[in-house]
Amino acid sequence: MTFQHDIVVVGAGLAGLRAAVECAEAADIAVVSKVLPTRSHSGAAQGGITAALGNEEEDRWEWHFFDTVKGGDYLGDQEAIEIMVKDAPRAIYELEHMGVPFSRTPEGRIAQRNFGGHTREYGKKPVKRACHAADHTGRVVLDTLYDQCLRRSVKFYPEHYVLSLVFEEGRCTGVVTYDLATGELSFLRARAVLLATGGCGKVYRTTSNGFATTGEIFNLAYQSGIPLEDMEFVQFHPTGLYPLGILISEAARGEGAILRNGAGERFMERYAPTIKDLAARDVVSRAILTEVREGRGIGGKDYVDLDLSPLGEEKIREKLWEVASFARIYLGVDPVRQPVPVAPTCHYVMGGIPTDGDGRVLADEVGTVVDGLFAAGECACVSVHGANRLGCNSLLDLLVFGRRSGKAMKEALARADGEVHGTDPVREVEEGLAALSRRQGEERLGTLRREMQTLMMDHGSVFRTEEGLNKAIGAILVLKERLGRAPVRSTGRTFNYELMEALELRHQLDLCEVILTSAYHRRESRGAHFREDFPERDDRSYLKHTLVFCGKSGPEVRYKAVSVTRFQPEARVY
Amino acid sequence: MLLKVFRYDPEKDEKPYYRTYEVEAWPSDRLLDCLNRIRWEQDPTLSFRMSCGHGVCGSDGMRINGICGLPCQKLVSAFEGEVLIEPLPVFRVKKDLIVDLDPFFEKYRSLAPYLITRSDAPERERFQLPEGQRVFEDAIRCILCACCTASCPVNQAKETEAYVGPAALVRAFRYLFDSRDEGFPERLALLDRKEGAQGCRTLWKCTEVCPKQIPVTKEIGQIKRRIYEAKKPGNEPGMGK
Repeated sequence: MTFQHDIVVVGAGLAGLRAAVECAEAADIAVVSKVLPTRSHSGAAQGGITAALGNEEEDRWEWHFFDTVKGGDYLGDQEAIEIMVKDAPRAIYELEHMGVPFSRTPEGRIAQRNFGGHTREYGKKPVKRACHAADHTGRVVLDTLYDQCLRRSVKFYPEHYVLSLVFEEGRCTGVVTYDLATGELSFLRARAVLLATGGCGKVYRTTSNGFATTGEIFNLAYQSGIPLEDMEFVQFHPTGLYPLGILISEAARGEGAILRNGAGERFMERYAPTIKDLAARDVVSRAILTEVREGRGIGGKDYVDLDLSPLGEEKIREKLWEVASFARIYLGVDPVRQPVPVAPTCHYVMGGIPTDGDGRVLADEVGTVVDGLFAAGECACVSVHGANRLGCNSLLDLLVFGRRSGKAMKEALARADGEVHGTDPVREVEEGLAALSRRQGEERLGTLRREMQTLMMDHGSVFRTEEGLNKAIGAILVLKERLGRAPVRSTGRTFNYELMEALELRHQLDLCEVILTSAYHRRESRGAHFREDFPERDDRSYLKHTLVFCGKSGPEVRYKAVSVTRFQPEARVY
Repeated sequence: MLLKVFRYDPEKDEKPYYRTYEVEAWPSDRLLDCLNRIRWEQDPTLSFRMSCGHGVCGSDGMRINGICGLPCQKLVSAFEGEVLIEPLPVFRVKKDLIVDLDPFFEKYRSLAPYLITRSDAPERERFQLPEGQRVFEDAIRCILCACCTASCPVNQAKETEAYVGPAALVRAFRYLFDSRDEGFPERLALLDRKEGAQGCRTLWKCTEVCPKQIPVTKEIGQIKRRIYEAKKPGNEPGMGK
């Protein structure tokens, strides 16, 4: 079947829904998601959204600007960052007007709290910048935006999995979807397509990301000739609930919780003397794993403690209800009285599909625009987060660039005709699907997936070396080859998740290759990318974005310049 | 660990059946991990929904030993012997543990789940005191997992199945008692019906099963009291709150 819309948005998290709200009155818009509404992983965001409102203490967008540049270890594009931080207060008030139940100050204003890397006067001391709704900020914003979409009668295609991006004479003209409930394939034809599918954390074994966060859209873009930018920069959040990796929000430390090692020492004082536990995430994650490596984990094991007792019972109940419930449910730990065991967990990918400040996808290092195709949110790379994202800047990114993409798509509609003359895009993917069940062999998808996730943890996570990366790239190629011997055994058309997971794994393996290759070629350490064999930042050679293209014989690495407008790179000390 | 799982594939089964699986499990594993182990190691045809894996997205509502809940929130250590896994009641089964939630979201939508305002928005935020916030701080934890609605005897009974159910009412409560909301007359009309808040028979099942510990029944009671007060002579609806 073919369905025609003006705009198709892929992904129903905050970026996708914010874009949908923007366009709903002006265009026929449809939102495609592989999960049901409100199940998208934006809902798992806990801590908040940053904006220099100054509700609690003096704050300025210039300080937010500097913090974001420094947090990203000077790799973020400053032009884009300026757009984001200046637009932040408006984005917050807009949400408030839609009904988001932000926590409040005693005077009734939106409450703000400390968050890692957010400071006053260019790094002097922490500043309260994160607007929040207790510790379920993402969920209530997701609910509110979904409610706004209902109000505007936005069309949803729930539980539809995207199999391909369709291009016609260089222009994106839609997507082919697989309806999980029925197995039916459809061509959703559109005059503008927005990719807003979130991250790809599930390539790692320990991650805060949900099961759906497999990142196929990155690879669909990559296989269509679009490069992937800065994929070596993968954020490990310092405080994943050990050993599950479930996120324990930085809000805990923002409200006063402290990290302690096996000796009970507040070790962050040694790594970040000024802002201590509130340093940027890459810094804290490396500090934790350094403590562990040097034998100062709890009981010599591979985790440290997060001590929430300074907050007191009342504050934990009021501000960190969800976080406390995770510790109780999964570990039987009551954070009011007992420390919570934590270790770094894969959380966010700074890299993605390159875009300009209006969500237009860029095809190369000189900024050639791909007609009809837009990207926003975690799957996009604007790049505002550079080499490491600061906490609470991601929801801001989703809202600001989701809206801007929506505006840009409305403008693009006036110019696009959406005529398709080519071959049937559904038939092409149909053949690919049929091939999956014809595979012969004894390999199992679950085994291959686990091996991939272990490889990425061992060689592609917080600490990296040339030798390890090289070895992992080789091993991924072997896994790809073994995947060809892993048949899909379920033949049904109704909710055949095995088929979906087989497709996901293929995409994930390609993505691993891109991540590892990007990391292999960056012979320096910057933000979340730490090379033990090149432990220093090297601005002379590497103050540039990585672009990986899908070449005939594997990934091809090129680079593009960073936009530096106001803040020249300097040493990054917290 | 033994899991006795409800199975039904509309493409080949005339009627549902149960199949028992034995999986290796650690006491600290989630029940969801065990279900995935079945899928990944034994029987890839088993279908159920999941997304975040830690009780935030609301995808994996099902009936565990007869009680609606989220397997991502249940640890193996809490169970002894064979565990019975079935789809949520009330809703039509689409396959195995997957039910049709369209009616659930339709009912949710029917109660105007959004802030209604008439006055112009200020340049900055609308004021709201922390006390005003606290009124609905439990309600905004709702993740729309549908466990409450599936457990409600009113929703379960054929003759009263038109009742919107507790989940829709929790969201309605959240907007009704939001000091910024100005849609009281519309909300009153939607809620003061036997399909609305008046359908609740105060049976507490919703409160018992809520994975986010929302005092659902109490909140529905507060809606009913609000309606009662608004309808008392001299209290004209539409006069704000």
